[in-house]
Amino acid sequence: MSTQSNAAAKTERLLNLVICLLYTRRPLSKAKIRDAVPQYGTSTSDEAFDRMFERDKDELRDLGIPLVTEPFDAFFDDEPGYRIDRREYALPEISFAADELAVIGLASRVWTQASLAGPAAQALRKLEAAGVERDDSSLIGVVPRVRTVEAAFEAVKNAVLEHTPVAFTYRTAGTGEVATRHVQPWVIASWHGHWYLTAFDTDRNAARVFRLGRIEGKVAIEGKPASYEVPVGHQPKAMISSVAVERDPQPAALRVRVGTGHSLRRQATAVTPTDDTWSRIVVSFTDTEVFAEEICSFGPDVVVESPTELQASVIRRLTGALGFAPSSEEASR
Amino acid sequence: MSVKMQSGHLRQDGQPAESATSRLTRLLTMVPWLLNRQGVEIEEAAREFAVTPAQVESDLALLFLCGTPGGYHGDLIEAEWESGRVFLGNADMISRPLRLGVDEALALIVGLRALAAVPGIGERDAVVRALAKLEAATGSAAAGTSRIQVLIDEGTGEETLALAQKALAARRRVHLRYLVPSRDESTERDVDPMRVINFDAHWYLEGWCHRAEDVRLFRLDRIESLTILAEDGRPPAAAEPRDLDSGVFTSHADDQLVRLALGPGAAWVGEYYPTESIERTQDGGAVIALRTADTAWLRRLMWRLGSSATVLEPEELALQVQRGARAALEAYAGSTGPTGSTPASG
Repeated sequence: MSTQSNAAAKTERLLNLVICLLYTRRPLSKAKIRDAVPQYGTSTSDEAFDRMFERDKDELRDLGIPLVTEPFDAFFDDEPGYRIDRREYALPEISFAADELAVIGLASRVWTQASLAGPAAQALRKLEAAGVERDDSSLIGVVPRVRTVEAAFEAVKNAVLEHTPVAFTYRTAGTGEVATRHVQPWVIASWHGHWYLTAFDTDRNAARVFRLGRIEGKVAIEGKPASYEVPVGHQPKAMISSVAVERDPQPAALRVRVGTGHSLRRQATAVTPTDDTWSRIVVSFTDTEVFAEEICSFGPDVVVESPTELQASVIRRLTGALGFAPSSEEASR
Repeated sequence: MSVKMQSGHLRQDGQPAESATSRLTRLLTMVPWLLNRQGVEIEEAAREFAVTPAQVESDLALLFLCGTPGGYHGDLIEAEWESGRVFLGNADMISRPLRLGVDEALALIVGLRALAAVPGIGERDAVVRALAKLEAATGSAAAGTSRIQVLIDEGTGEETLALAQKALAARRRVHLRYLVPSRDESTERDVDPMRVINFDAHWYLEGWCHRAEDVRLFRLDRIESLTILAEDGRPPAAAEPRDLDSGVFTSHADDQLVRLALGPGAAWVGEYYPTESIERTQDGGAVIALRTADTAWLRRLMWRLGSSATVLEPEELALQVQRGARAALEAYAGSTGPTGSTPASG
């Protein structure tokens, strides 16, 4: 039997099991289930059936199907029975207006990556299964789109939802220092194109912000769900944005070649032409390393006059960009 | 809970077979969908569920074998599709879709909240109503959704955003003075707006650019001025919005192949730009390959990355990066920093 027909046989078995457990009013014993679902008949022994049924049960619960275990007979309560509560199973009857369904359709397209785009599309199909067709005609095209490219997204999101303590290897910005961090995740938020986690760092005994993209390798679960509380009044946005802006702006004096450095000129508080080739501009900045990066991107067209700290960072980067000179370099000059 | 969407046609491309549980998930949604659309064409069902028509037929054949205990004819699900149209019956037990799972509720609710945060959105009223209904219907599945947030409101002058939305709603052409930072150029162009999107926290106007004669994305914070013109702004019929799943950057198969060695501090480059391949290195860095028609932005990227990135291929680009860095350093020749030494690479 090929893998594909194995999977088909299993789908058939699971579907019949779901229908059977929804159909029954009273909990069914394992023996009854074995009789009722024809595909179990092929299992050779009681042990094989038990193993198969246990696995099927777990898989249905993983799909979110509310399979309950109850004593099936009040007089023999040592053997459990099983059923699926129809009201718990079914999506409640919700009637959406066409424009509501249209914005839900829009919301489902906020996600561009598999981690949530798949569930979003599936959820939309469930809502539309009731027969309402959405009316997209009134929508003007304003769409927020969010990517979840970070490898740690799925695991951290689940930890946040379940309040599960986790540990991970984290690379600190700037220093590049790599260390294992033990945290109680609070909130994840997408901000300026990156996902951030706010959490309580149990080693440092303080709240910390982590960028998901700097988590390396696997996220390890380190405790039970619901084992801590998120502090009341926690303000993730304030916490995340405060990490990005660390000090007051200060002025930098730059020499910019005429006809270049457009984005710097836009930010300038003063522009003075010095000669036909150069202008002198003043721009305020907060983060030396971030601003040095921007200046370096202009190559020979922008020169830092002050402050020296910024100049040193630019020189360090440009020197780094010289890299290892290939042997052909001298010949080509 | 995570629902993996595995489309049936992938298997013919040698992808692993679809798991029984992901197929079951589809069937449990497909049955109510079909019951409410008796006589729907197989092709339409296939499009809705992102599978091939053959997969839909195979799903129907499987449904045909299932039903309530007993296994007699009257117990089984009735399915008929010989005419190319699907009729389904006797599936009362699964006639309602399964309630939303945690990830499903999360994806829609967080998405709607992000929409609600969009300044000046015209459908806010519908968003608020839809959110209230969804939250009520999902119950405990929606409990943690407030801890997953998409923060949208920062970054852009609301004035430009409002103007772009106005032009779009009125279907009018706009004139832009637009900064192209990757080439350090200020440009003038007429654009027919197609949509305004917020992608990775930046606002973009997507439209038909009459200068490029193609669809272009314009980041709103790089628009130096936006003027709404009197001309009709409906884009040509051929103008298609760009698929943003791999980001706002596009590349073509015949573009120049570039290979970069990235240190740990520059590893983000591999996630930010679409790559042909990424090989992770032991130190937390990576070797990536990408295709691009224009290398000016890459030179600028390499200067800013300093010692944490090196061009491996093509050699011409590596030399351009070095020459530019050397020329830039000459301006500091009289000051403190080293100019000629070869530092260790990151």
